[in-house]
Amino acid sequence: MTGAETAQVVLRLDRITKRFGKLTANDAVSLDLHRGEVVALLGENGAGKTTLMNILFGQYTADEGRVEVMGRALPPGNPRAALEAGVGMVHQHFTLADNLTVLDNVTLGTEPLWRWRSDRSGARAKITKLAADFHLSVDPDAKVGSLTVGERQRVEILKALYREARILILDEPTAVLTPQEADDLFATLREAVAMGLSIVFISHKLHEVMDIAHRVVILRHGKVVAGMATADTDRHALAAAMVGSDVSAPKVNPGTPGAPLLNLRDVTTPDRGNAPGLQSVTLALRAGRITGLAGVSGNGQAALAELIGGLTAPETGQIALDTADVTGWTPRIAVEHGIARIPEDRHKTGTIADFTLTENAILESYHKPPMSRTGWMNWARAEAETKAIIDGYDVRCPGPEARIRLLSGGNMQKLILGRVLEAAPRIILANQPVRGLDIGAVNYVHEQLLKARDRGAAVLLISEDLDEIMALSDVIHVMSEGRLSPEFARGTMTPAALGVWMAGHGFDEGVSHAS
Amino acid sequence: MRLEPIANPSLARSTLPPALAIAATVVISSLLAMLAGANPFGVLGLILKGAAGSQFAVLETLNRATPLIFTGLAVAVAFRARLWNIGAEAQLYAGALLTVVLGTGALPWSAGALLPVLVLTSMLAGAVVLLVPALLKVRFGVDEVVTTLLFNFIFLLFISLLLEGPLKDPMGMGWPKSERLIAEARLPRIVEGLRLHWGFGLALIAAGLVWIVERRTTLGYEMRAVGLNREAARFAGIPVNMVLIKTALLSGGLAALAGFSEVAGLKGSLTLDLSPGFGYTGIIVAMLALLNPLGVVAAALFVAGIFVGADSMSRAVGVPTYLADIMLATALLLMVLAILLTRFRVVRE
Repeated sequence: MTGAETAQVVLRLDRITKRFGKLTANDAVSLDLHRGEVVALLGENGAGKTTLMNILFGQYTADEGRVEVMGRALPPGNPRAALEAGVGMVHQHFTLADNLTVLDNVTLGTEPLWRWRSDRSGARAKITKLAADFHLSVDPDAKVGSLTVGERQRVEILKALYREARILILDEPTAVLTPQEADDLFATLREAVAMGLSIVFISHKLHEVMDIAHRVVILRHGKVVAGMATADTDRHALAAAMVGSDVSAPKVNPGTPGAPLLNLRDVTTPDRGNAPGLQSVTLALRAGRITGLAGVSGNGQAALAELIGGLTAPETGQIALDTADVTGWTPRIAVEHGIARIPEDRHKTGTIADFTLTENAILESYHKPPMSRTGWMNWARAEAETKAIIDGYDVRCPGPEARIRLLSGGNMQKLILGRVLEAAPRIILANQPVRGLDIGAVNYVHEQLLKARDRGAAVLLISEDLDEIMALSDVIHVMSEGRLSPEFARGTMTPAALGVWMAGHGFDEGVSHAS
Repeated sequence: MRLEPIANPSLARSTLPPALAIAATVVISSLLAMLAGANPFGVLGLILKGAAGSQFAVLETLNRATPLIFTGLAVAVAFRARLWNIGAEAQLYAGALLTVVLGTGALPWSAGALLPVLVLTSMLAGAVVLLVPALLKVRFGVDEVVTTLLFNFIFLLFISLLLEGPLKDPMGMGWPKSERLIAEARLPRIVEGLRLHWGFGLALIAAGLVWIVERRTTLGYEMRAVGLNREAARFAGIPVNMVLIKTALLSGGLAALAGFSEVAGLKGSLTLDLSPGFGYTGIIVAMLALLNPLGVVAAALFVAGIFVGADSMSRAVGVPTYLADIMLATALLLMVLAILLTRFRVVRE
């Protein structure tokens, strides 16, 4: 912003260094935030963004350097000090109590625990005023459990504002929002800035950063590698600075669709907790085509992934494969029918952390020749196979006998890719395949998916990242509350149009349209 | 202070803490012996002598280690798959029960035919005893810690009922005790003239077999996968419930062999004091061994040595044998801490 240099510095991180053993997570990182300014903190996973914010909030103590708020040094290692100095944080994962009202959630922790009367009307008035000032429309008496994700995020922001925060820190705030909700959020943030608040916006989505931030600070391997005004740069330059080299995403040619390999006919699965199950979903995965599934997280994508992955069977409706009628539906049967499954959480479901690379590589194939015969493992064969995966998929690791927990997320994902793609699968279920990966690994995973498609595999790509969906998919479906939209061909939809479906509109017409 | 995982622990890092744990156990036990009014070096010396100081002492220790190897293996196998079998005591008595039911004359066969049948039937009995809690767990999600633990008491009362009733030895002068096994049902001694029976040999064979199962078979791989990460195992297609059932059968069978070996090798009949808590001590053995089947043998020898040595020491100088329990408890707690330190380093914030 013009004149930012002359405005008051509200937050100063001064040469913060933090080491974990041999790893230097933050290396002399300095950052100034001025009054009324939005600074985007940009960097790949593992670049040190989260460590830096944890130091600011007193969860970690820096080895060197200091934190100043409004010109006064914060005592290290004291989370309360940051709050009292007027710093508010909106976490990626909300910290709200579902069974309490918005009002209770916002005031929680601001009043003494034991008191005869609490000043609820005063609190209500303050919240109503804040909500009006910042365009944070939300009903103070609604139970948080009944709110949408976007509304919950507004409650989190209200919470910070209610505590008189002058500095807001938002950690990947748009990851869970529809494009429209993200626009609303940005409107709120602009309002806040106009009122003199300052914002640190942590993200790796370049277009958002260009949209909302005045300045960008780029972290790489714990160091500040660049700082610039957004007005003086563009997305391409930011991406290059982030990864340290000029990277280009794989070129995507349209696929040539063939016969349907997997059909879901009118499938319904039961709800699980807050997550909706599938509601009469009909879907065909065709050979040689990437089907993208967009949607806000928690709208039934997990249910669809579990269904196709063999973890749940339909309650009503049918799964049909072109090869065979499916009777009994387990993960092993799914794999045997040529379904490659890249799970959403590679740490918890994709791999076993304390198993070696070899043991992880054979998780889906250990029970049959050549990996084992009549119950006896053939470890030599398993290790040879693992070495082939390590070479073929460029898994950087100490060796096949190393525990997989030592690997970075990207290398872990490459091993999983190798595990499922080596079997030349006919159907690929990729659930958030690049979440948390650096750009190099993202491109690698995308190339592999495209390669598999071009040799005739049917790919289902589930992602919360619309850019990813729109770049790779030959057709796109949107999922909302367990319902599946009709399919949209490549290039026929804009993010805004998809956002309308993501918000749950259009489905009633959609059902009649599909039938 | 925080714990930071160590990626590649050095040799010193993986051996020093356990060694220090043992040293600290010795020091703490010595202090307690001093409190009891004895010369600590004398007490430790007597324990060592009582455990390994003579041929008799060594054989006594090996005999005492035998049931502990079986129950230790049973616990190690189950814990490996995160099936919390606290019921080795009941499974032990199930094995002993089948041994006296079939070994007191019901099957008038030669030893070569009878002993294998006794081994298999007692294993089956122990397996069935653990199968019930395992089925309750996979079917209804009933916590197996509770069911296996409580089943120990139920089963001991059941044995008591049998020993007062149908199994009571008519020649037993009214004691709650079964008839004696026929000669063909007794485990022979390994070396004629030495008081060590083939139960010990069987225990070593069992440890070797379990080690092979864990390393070389698909079942062992499945058990480890299910134990380390049940969600990932299920996702990959491993039939988790089936693995837990198989693990339960194996674990129950191993624990039952402790009962078989005590009755057929040592006691010759079933009484209610057949096991002074071998099933529970098996948990300590398995934990000290880090669930490694070969380590179970070493840990069982260590634990048995302390018990046998403390008995002998107590007779000599009058320090109570409770010292053995305290030594074991100290050793276990320090060893758990030491194991933590082999994998994590403490970082001062």
